Amino acid sequence: MKRRLLLLVPLVLFLVLGAFLYQGLSINPFDRESALMAREFPAFELTTLDNPQQRVDEGDIKGEVTLVNVWGSWCPTCRQEMPQLLDLADRGVRLIGVDYKETAASDAEKRAQGQAFLTQFGNPFAFNVFDPLGSLGFDLGVYGAPETFLVDADGIIRYHHTGYITADDVESIIMPEVEKWR
Amino acid sequence: MLIKMIPEIGHYALVIALLMAVVQAVLPLAGAATRRPLWMAYARPMAAGQLAFLLIAYGCLTASYLLDDFSVVNVANNANSLLPWYYKFSAVWGNHEGSVLLWSLILGIWTFAVGCFSGRLPPDMVARVLGVMGLVSVGFLAFVLITSNPFERSLPNIPADGADLNPLLQDVGLIIHPPMLYMGYVGFSVVFAFAIAALLGGRLDSAWTRWVRPWTNIAWAFLTVGIALGSWWAYYELGWGGWWFWDPVENASLLPWLAGTALIHSLAVTEKRGTFKSWTVLLAITTFSLSLMGTFLVRSGVLTSVHAFANDPSRGLFILVLLGITVGLSLLIFALRAPRVSQPGGFNWLSRDALLLVNNILLVVMTVTVLLGTVYPLLLDALNLGKISVGPPYFNALFVPLTVLLCVFMGLGPSARWKRMSGRELLSRLWLAGAAALVIGVLAPLAYTGAWNLKASIGLVAALWLVLSLARDLWDKTSRGASRRQAVKRLTPAYWGMVLGHLGLAVTIVGVALVSNYSVERNVRMNVGDSVDVAGIRFHMTALDERRGPNFVSDAATIEVTRQGATRSFEMHPEKRLYIARGMPMTQVALRPGLFHDLYVAMGEELDDGSWALRVQIKPFVRWLWLGALLMAAGGMMAVADRRYRRQLSTRAPERESSSAASSGVVSASQVTSKEVRA
Repeated sequence: MKRRLLLLVPLVLFLVLGAFLYQGLSINPFDRESALMAREFPAFELTTLDNPQQRVDEGDIKGEVTLVNVWGSWCPTCRQEMPQLLDLADRGVRLIGVDYKETAASDAEKRAQGQAFLTQFGNPFAFNVFDPLGSLGFDLGVYGAPETFLVDADGIIRYHHTGYITADDVESIIMPEVEKWR
Repeated sequence: MLIKMIPEIGHYALVIALLMAVVQAVLPLAGAATRRPLWMAYARPMAAGQLAFLLIAYGCLTASYLLDDFSVVNVANNANSLLPWYYKFSAVWGNHEGSVLLWSLILGIWTFAVGCFSGRLPPDMVARVLGVMGLVSVGFLAFVLITSNPFERSLPNIPADGADLNPLLQDVGLIIHPPMLYMGYVGFSVVFAFAIAALLGGRLDSAWTRWVRPWTNIAWAFLTVGIALGSWWAYYELGWGGWWFWDPVENASLLPWLAGTALIHSLAVTEKRGTFKSWTVLLAITTFSLSLMGTFLVRSGVLTSVHAFANDPSRGLFILVLLGITVGLSLLIFALRAPRVSQPGGFNWLSRDALLLVNNILLVVMTVTVLLGTVYPLLLDALNLGKISVGPPYFNALFVPLTVLLCVFMGLGPSARWKRMSGRELLSRLWLAGAAALVIGVLAPLAYTGAWNLKASIGLVAALWLVLSLARDLWDKTSRGASRRQAVKRLTPAYWGMVLGHLGLAVTIVGVALVSNYSVERNVRMNVGDSVDVAGIRFHMTALDERRGPNFVSDAATIEVTRQGATRSFEMHPEKRLYIARGMPMTQVALRPGLFHDLYVAMGEELDDGSWALRVQIKPFVRWLWLGALLMAAGGMMAVADRRYRRQLSTRAPERESSSAASSGVVSASQVTSKEVRA
């Protein structure tokens, strides 16, 4: 009998481990939503796309509920997303773009790439942060483009959308979220 | 029309495969319990059918990738129209959904293989083994279909182009690494199923071990190659020359490997001496459980904070429940049905039995060490004691001494006899090997660089001790009998397999010891025309060009390399690539591999004046790491070729009467068969 009990030891050990793993599932932020949720928008200091002299930082994002959209002219999906972003701008949502890692060699050419993209597909943004080295994108944990962050008036990230915002998403997710944090 | 339906066909095939898996799990197990041959006979055809539909499903997903069907979410997220076809092919398993599908497909392949090569097995054993594998398959296919459907569509808004495969994964190492690893992980499900079948059927004899050993060896060999490929890939692809990071994902593959290594040795004792039975069964369950847990850790994102991208909470929970049911149930069955009496085999403290026991204890301690280090941050977090990360210092501090200790016993093992052996005899056989290892190992660093090096010496002594004691054993084993040549011929493949396996570990240890202690690294700023000397080798940058690949643009440098005193030189081409679709920069390392050292040049960032930060490294004996792993895997495979397995595995081979232990297992197996028929 004693030996039989001894054979239960592996099972008990496993159950303890399993309990911890279950705990880990619920407390560890393992999706990016909760990983960035309720954090302050990362500090940065960059220039705008249009003007190499004009400095912007995280303070410029605060003050109003804002959608920060990470895009690049190299990103085909960003083109498809543009009509939805223009629609959001028409509805009075403030949008700020982050022109993420253009591909040309020099900064001047990179700016030209970004500007050409906006000329061609429209510009819904209040202004665009020029992020040639992807430093802001890195701090945001951006994996690709497009990605969109909803930032409230105090500069806290409230929602994160990975990938392309569809027309459905505008109605069912983005607008409700914007209303919620206003 | 049919082409547009491909994802739906694949999805449908997956559902059918799941249903077949359910039948394969339920009927044969119920049939074995109630002794109904017809029900039991469902096992093999269902395994074959399941594999057929899994192949269709997998083929459909591959076709969606090759045809650039971006309406499939999985394809749109992981491929791009510019991606070369071979990466489209491998992109299928470069993501969560596809890799779980590959997992299921490989399980289907293993199940089918067991069905094919189990002709001699008693039907109830076959039914139970395939039934258990069917259960595992049900779990995974349900996981794919419920939480990770790779065929999901994004209609009607079809993206114009895909997001592209992560550039890190656009590499030949990554084409073959996951399938190899999964062959290993999933291969352990066979020995697991055999263990459960043995517990259910109450048959755990030496015949059972002979059925199990080849499967275990093959799975272990695949896992070995898989781990080595992962390390090799990290070495040249991540751009900084490291080859093992104690990353949770790496640990997840090392855990089943360590437990599997213990299992291989414990199976040897169970086969030869009939002891350690419960222990062997427990190891079989543990090994597969660790494979499953590795899948959980990697797929749930619980531990990999850096890789915590795009994980779905429902997935983690699903795998945890799956893990809980599989492992919990099998450990419960183990507790209830493990062999009641462990036959007192009776062995002396100095015998091969005892040494293998020590080997098992050490390997289990190593497994627990790695497991603790991997889940410790999680435990602390769960107990609200703060977040920490356990890094290489912990693992190296414990793992290295344990490995050295393991080597000491590994050298003794092959020369020791079963049951008992006199210490004097062992000493007289091996003292020379030990002394020679000690002297050469201590002096070699002095000869190599002109300075003592304790760490390198410890590694070299351990490796030399393994090699020399094996050589001595080989010498002893061939000195009896008429001529040495004939004696060599008499040695079995199983023995050669052991020799190769142990030799492989020695080679790997040499690699680890030397590359860890003698690597040279220089970070330099270089422009065209600059040159730098590293360890007597001159690196001269002759050109900087821009290059265009199929889905990337790159800055490529041309470096002319001249060894000291040599007149001939050669060129190396490190690159900094920018993958267009994802906007992701990648370092493409220039490597000059060699048996004794690698030259390794990686481009860092471009500096203000147009020059580049370069990292130049010289990595001595780094190839030995993976060479050793290949030798180990070859050893595992070679042991499978042993005649005693072939005899009982092939159905048509005439049953030879011999007095060897091998045939007794066959006889008992066929006796059971006839009993079964009568019943």
